[in-house]
Amino acid sequence: MRSLLTRNETLVALIILAFCAMTAAVDPRFLSVTTLTDLIRNGIVIGMFAIGVMLVLVSGGIDVSFTAVAAFSMYSATKLMVAWGVGDQMLVAFLVSALLGLTLGLVNAVFIGWLGLPTLIVTLGTLTAFRGFLLTFVGSQLITNVPPGMRAFSRSMLFRGTTADGAFFALPTAVLFLVGAVLVTWFILNRTMLGRSIVAMGGSREAAARVGVNVRAIQFFVYGYVGVLSGLAGIVHASLARVANPFDLVGLELSVIAAVVLGGARLTGGHGTITGTLLGVALIVLINNSLIMLGIPSTWQNVVIGFLILLGTGVPAWQARRRAAAAA
Amino acid sequence: MPPHAVAPAPAGSRRPELRRVLAANANLLRLLAITVAIFVVMSLLRPELFFTWGNFSSMAFQFPEFAILSLAMMLAMLTGGIDLSVIGLMNLSAILAALVLGALAPAAAGTGTVLGVIALAICVAVATGAAGGLLNGLCIAHLGIPPILATLGTGLMFTGIAIVITNGYALLGFPAEFSVIGNGSIAWIPVPLLIFAALAVLVALLLNRTAFGLRLYLMGTNPMAARFAGIDNAGLTVRTYLLSGTLAAIAGVVLMSRANSAKADYGTSYLLLSILIAVLGGINPYGGFGRVGGLVLAVLALQFLSSGFNMLQFSNFAKEFIWGVLLLVVMVVNGMKFGRPARPAGAESPTNQNRE
Repeated sequence: MRSLLTRNETLVALIILAFCAMTAAVDPRFLSVTTLTDLIRNGIVIGMFAIGVMLVLVSGGIDVSFTAVAAFSMYSATKLMVAWGVGDQMLVAFLVSALLGLTLGLVNAVFIGWLGLPTLIVTLGTLTAFRGFLLTFVGSQLITNVPPGMRAFSRSMLFRGTTADGAFFALPTAVLFLVGAVLVTWFILNRTMLGRSIVAMGGSREAAARVGVNVRAIQFFVYGYVGVLSGLAGIVHASLARVANPFDLVGLELSVIAAVVLGGARLTGGHGTITGTLLGVALIVLINNSLIMLGIPSTWQNVVIGFLILLGTGVPAWQARRRAAAAA
Repeated sequence: MPPHAVAPAPAGSRRPELRRVLAANANLLRLLAITVAIFVVMSLLRPELFFTWGNFSSMAFQFPEFAILSLAMMLAMLTGGIDLSVIGLMNLSAILAALVLGALAPAAAGTGTVLGVIALAICVAVATGAAGGLLNGLCIAHLGIPPILATLGTGLMFTGIAIVITNGYALLGFPAEFSVIGNGSIAWIPVPLLIFAALAVLVALLLNRTAFGLRLYLMGTNPMAARFAGIDNAGLTVRTYLLSGTLAAIAGVVLMSRANSAKADYGTSYLLLSILIAVLGGINPYGGFGRVGGLVLAVLALQFLSSGFNMLQFSNFAKEFIWGVLLLVVMVVNGMKFGRPARPAGAESPTNQNRE
């Protein structure tokens, strides 16, 4: 019971509930299917990113390059679709984008897994290098006339309808990508040796290596997997926005990392859950979209998110420290 | 085993010690050679533009801002941490100073008190930087938040507060006397360059000639050993981040004077640049190793490259690409020397290490 109360997930869930209750008290229209589907729609891309980042944190690393990977894959895939004349083949777009993401993810893996360099600085470097390469050699013009396949994908909905007071609501098919990412990652983390090896490596790299985990191979898998997720998230983002903007997405990484860390994943590795991550994403999406409904100007977004990061990492760190002091 | 990680030499054998000194100097000498090579190549490629007094003077006005930020980054890295909040703190400090100038300078215009107002504004900026750095230090050393996350969170807050204060607009209109800090020259030497030189000498003295510096290097090298040697790791970490924040604020004052404005999103590209300079200058991101001399050479090398690329008409995006690749290449080259693969990535906080 005590552990349930002090867990990050519980804390975040309570903050979300309090936030919703307050917003609903200020503006009763907040409690509607429309709000829910809007928030889910806004959370698809951040959610896919967050699942990937969570896996990296669990493995004991950090990745800030995923937004550049997504922008690179998304923009190049869109350009290739147009160049190859396969604008209506959405499957090609997903495959190409995922493949590009995988390639860039493996570039990270070479520096981190093979050469053993610090993950934050490597991914800061690749973030800049990927983005610079994209804007210099691939293109820096917006593609506003996206291929028909992407337009069709953005219009396809799981369900749609109208509420009693006449507001439209709809849930895009793209949400299946988030569901898929959640299911696959959950399965890998909790039901495979690979997943247990990732957790073990995050807990203690040395110990994992001693019991026979191929640490290098695991890191290649983790960064490659994040690359694939980022590539897919990128093309989903471009489809939903109906524009392939090479300047897009980069700058989002801090919000995503904030979401993951709020969800209880630790930078020291070995800790992180899907539930926590999704709750963290929900909180960040709520703050980004609904702060204004509470009467707080949107200029306060950064302050609130920054404060939540300190709160979400400071409280558990302080508790752990007190426990360690009490045990000693 | 890398030469500098060799245990204290047994009595009678001074060779490992000698090798260590040579290795440290070899690193500096190699960096010096690279810097000179870049200078020569750029001078040969664009002699009419690069090798001119005008270009030297323009470069001397450009680099002090991010060079001061790199000093801030270096101090944080010496503890084994990192300071991602420097840009946010730099802009917040500049904006608060701009508010002071905006509120008091018009009334003081034409009277002798305008210099007093400027001094007050600078004090406000420096105090903001120190307070922000203190907050970072307390979060890292006393709450035990990993430096990456602590400074990520505070950095977002600093930027956020700066946006709340200004609504995202630039603050303009400072007294003419204020622009001397960023644009003036004393005896042909640009004032920002003088400020950077003074700060670099101060930091070098602090690191090499004081107990604080010795303890800082020791803690960065081995926090556990430092703790058992009776060093107050937490206090040392707090003071180091306080200094880092103060340096960021000084960079903010210089930037604000040179741009004649203050804004919440100035200098965002400086974060990567300052990390790149620190790593290029031989500061070990795992802590404990790195000298101001290396940092200064790295600053010069990057400024020569940057100006040269401008003259060769590279786009900003191409420069961005090259900075990223350069950071990776330097890490690979240095990694052969100072990689510490046994230590898990991400667990860089010295204070975390020794409490677990």
